[in-house]
Amino acid sequence: MTHTADDANLLPRRVGAAVGLFALAALVVLAILGLAVAPPDDVQGDAQRLMYLHVPTAWLAYLAFGVTALGSALYLWPRTRSNVWDRLAGASAELGVVFTALTLVLGSLWGRPVWGIWWAWDARLVSTAVLFFLYLGYLALRRIPGAGREQRCAIAALVAFVDVPIVHFSVEWWRTLHQEGTVFNEELSAQIEGVMAFTLVWAVVAFTAVYVFFLDRRYRLLSLEEEDERQALEQAIADRIAEGRGRADAVGAGVGS
Amino acid sequence: MSFARESLLVAAKDLRIEARSRVTLYQVLPFGVVVLLLFAFALDPDRGQLSRVAPGLFWVAVLLAALLAVSRAFAIEIDNGARDGLRLSGLDPAAIFVGKAAAVAAELVVLELVLGVGVFLLYDVELRSAGLLVVAALAATVGVAATGTLYGVLVAGLRARETLAPVLVLPVVTPVMLGATRAWEAGLDGAPSEGWPWVALLGLFALLYGALGTLVFGPLLEET
Amino acid sequence: MSLVVRLRSAVCLLDRYPALAGADLDVERGDVLLLSGANGAGKTTLLRLLAGLVSLQSGTAEVLGHDLARDRRGARRELALLGHETACYDDLTARENLRFAVEAAGKPAADADAALERVGLARRADVRHGRLSAGQRRRLALAGALARQPRLLLLDEPHAGLDGEGRAVLDDAVRAAPMAGTTVIIASHELDRARALATREVEVVAGQCVARPAEWELARA
Repeated sequence: MTHTADDANLLPRRVGAAVGLFALAALVVLAILGLAVAPPDDVQGDAQRLMYLHVPTAWLAYLAFGVTALGSALYLWPRTRSNVWDRLAGASAELGVVFTALTLVLGSLWGRPVWGIWWAWDARLVSTAVLFFLYLGYLALRRIPGAGREQRCAIAALVAFVDVPIVHFSVEWWRTLHQEGTVFNEELSAQIEGVMAFTLVWAVVAFTAVYVFFLDRRYRLLSLEEEDERQALEQAIADRIAEGRGRADAVGAGVGS
Repeated sequence: MSFARESLLVAAKDLRIEARSRVTLYQVLPFGVVVLLLFAFALDPDRGQLSRVAPGLFWVAVLLAALLAVSRAFAIEIDNGARDGLRLSGLDPAAIFVGKAAAVAAELVVLELVLGVGVFLLYDVELRSAGLLVVAALAATVGVAATGTLYGVLVAGLRARETLAPVLVLPVVTPVMLGATRAWEAGLDGAPSEGWPWVALLGLFALLYGALGTLVFGPLLEET
Repeated sequence: MSLVVRLRSAVCLLDRYPALAGADLDVERGDVLLLSGANGAGKTTLLRLLAGLVSLQSGTAEVLGHDLARDRRGARRELALLGHETACYDDLTARENLRFAVEAAGKPAADADAALERVGLARRADVRHGRLSAGQRRRLALAGALARQPRLLLLDEPHAGLDGEGRAVLDDAVRAAPMAGTTVIIASHELDRARALATREVEVVAGQCVARPAEWELARA
C-alpha cells in the first residue's frame, strides 16, 4: 500500500489546533455553566450536576466504538481498503476505552451520594461495563503484531460491535424484570428544560470536541509509526536485494564459462 | 462435495480425535466439575442458597469449560502444521467452521449432561420444565460454540492466545450467560413461561454468531 | 507454451523480514524445476507462496492461471505441497489421515487405500500417525500429495527424511509426472539426486531467483 503524505493526518494541522483550542474553551465554559449557572436539582441536590459529565462521556463511549466499527468496516471493504481506516479504528478505540472508564466511574460517583451505594446494577451502567471489556479485548488484540493484524482487528471490532445492541437489550430486559429504578433514567426522562438542557447540550459538544482533537493527535502518531515501519521495510528489502547481487556475482565468478 | 458433507467430514475428524485422545473427557469435564465444587465451597452450603444460585453457577462452569474445549479444538491444528493442511485441503472454510463448531457443541452437550447431574446431586434443585431446560441449553450451547470457534481461529497461532481468548470471548457471550441462567431459573424453581422469551434471545444469538462465524472463518484462517 | 507459474518481482514478508525480495520465475507445463540455494535463501517461502500459504507484499504471482492476489483458493485445488511438516493428526491412523485428505479433495475414499499401497504403507495403515517413524510419516505425506492428482506438485526437500523405499517411490512419481501433464518444482539440497530428475535449475539467492543455466544443464544440452 503506497503511503502518501495526505493520509498522515486526520485533520489539517490548523483545523486540529483550532479544535483543540475550542475544546479547551468549551470545557471552561462548561465548568462555569455546570457548577455555577445551572440550578441544583430539587431531589438530588448538587450531586446531580455530575450528569453534565456522565451523559457526554457515555455518549462518547458509544460513539467512539461506532467510529471503530465504521473504520473496521471500511478497512475490510475491498474498494475502500486503506490503512487510514485501521488507524482511525485503533485511535478511536483508545479514546473510547478512556471515556467508557470515565462513564463507569462517574456513574459510581453519582450513585453514591444519591443511593448510598458504589455500584447500582443499573441497566445502562452494566451495558457500559460490558462495553468496557469489549474495548479491552480489542485493544489487547491490537497489541499483537504479525501478518494480517489489521484484518484480524477489523473483524474482531465488527464482531464485538454487533454484540453491543444484544447486550444492551438483554441487560435492559434483565433489570426491568427486577424492577429496579435507576438513578439516571429518572433524571433524563424528567423534563429538563432551560438552562439545564442548554448546559447538557453544551457538555456534549465540548466533550465531542475533546474527542475529535485527541483522535486527530493519536491518529497522527499512528501514522508516524507506520511510516517508520515502512521505511525500515524498504531498507530491509534493499539490503536483501544487494545481498543477492553480491552472492550472484560471486557464484557467477566461480562458474567458469 | 456438498457443504453439509464437508462440515460432517470435519466434525467427524475432530470427534474421532477426541475419542482417541480423550482430552475433553479426562481434562475439560473434570475441570467443570471442580469449578462446581469450588463454588459450593465458596458459598455457604446452606441448601436454600445453593439451589437459588445453581443455574448461574452451572452456566459459569460451562462457559469456563467451553473456553478450554475451544482452545483444544485449535491446538490439534497446530501440531504437524495441520492448519496448512486444512487451508490446502480445498475445503470450504465456512464448512470447516460449522464442522469444528459442531464438534465443540457436541462435546459441550456431554459436559452439560454430566454437570447437570452434578448440579442436581450437589445443589438440591427442583425440576419444573425439562423441555425448557433442554431447549435453552441447546440454544446456548450453539451460541457459545459458534462464538468460541470464531474467536478460536482468530487467536490461533498468536502469541499469548491462551490468555487472550477468554478476554475476547467472555464479554461477547454475556447475553448467553444472562439468557441461559434466566431460562434455567424459570425451568427449575421458577415459572417456566417466563423462560421461553429468553430462549428466543439465545436462539437469535446462536443464529447471528453462527452466521458471522461462517462469514469470517475463511479470511481469519488465511492469516499467515 | 503454457505457463504454470509466473512470478514478477514477488516480495514476501515473514514477520517483517523480506524472505522473498523481488523474485521472478517462469515455469512451463511439464517442467521439472529444481530450486537450489543456501539455507535461508527463500526456497521454502517461494514454494509456500506458490501454494498460496503466504501472501504477496508486492509484485504479481500467477499459478495455474489464478492470480494469487485475488484467488488463492482456486489454485490450491489443483496443486499439492509436500512441506516440512506432514499436516497430519497424531491421534488418527495413517489410513484415517489420508482418507480425510482425499475426501476433502473431493476424491473417493478408496483412493486413499490405493495411495497407501503405492508408497508401501499398506501394512502400517492402521498405526497412529504419532507412532509412525519419521520416514513413514514422510511417505504418508507424499501419499497425500500424490493422491490429490495435482497439476502442480511442489516438493520441499522431499528426499530429506525419506528412507530408501520412499525415495524410490518419489523418484518414480517425479519421472512419471511430465507425461501426465503434471509440473513439478523441487527445492532440494541433494543436488546430485535432484538434478537427475530435473529438466531445469534455478538458484534462489537472497530471496531472488537467479536463472542461469548451470553447468550440468549446459553439459546435457
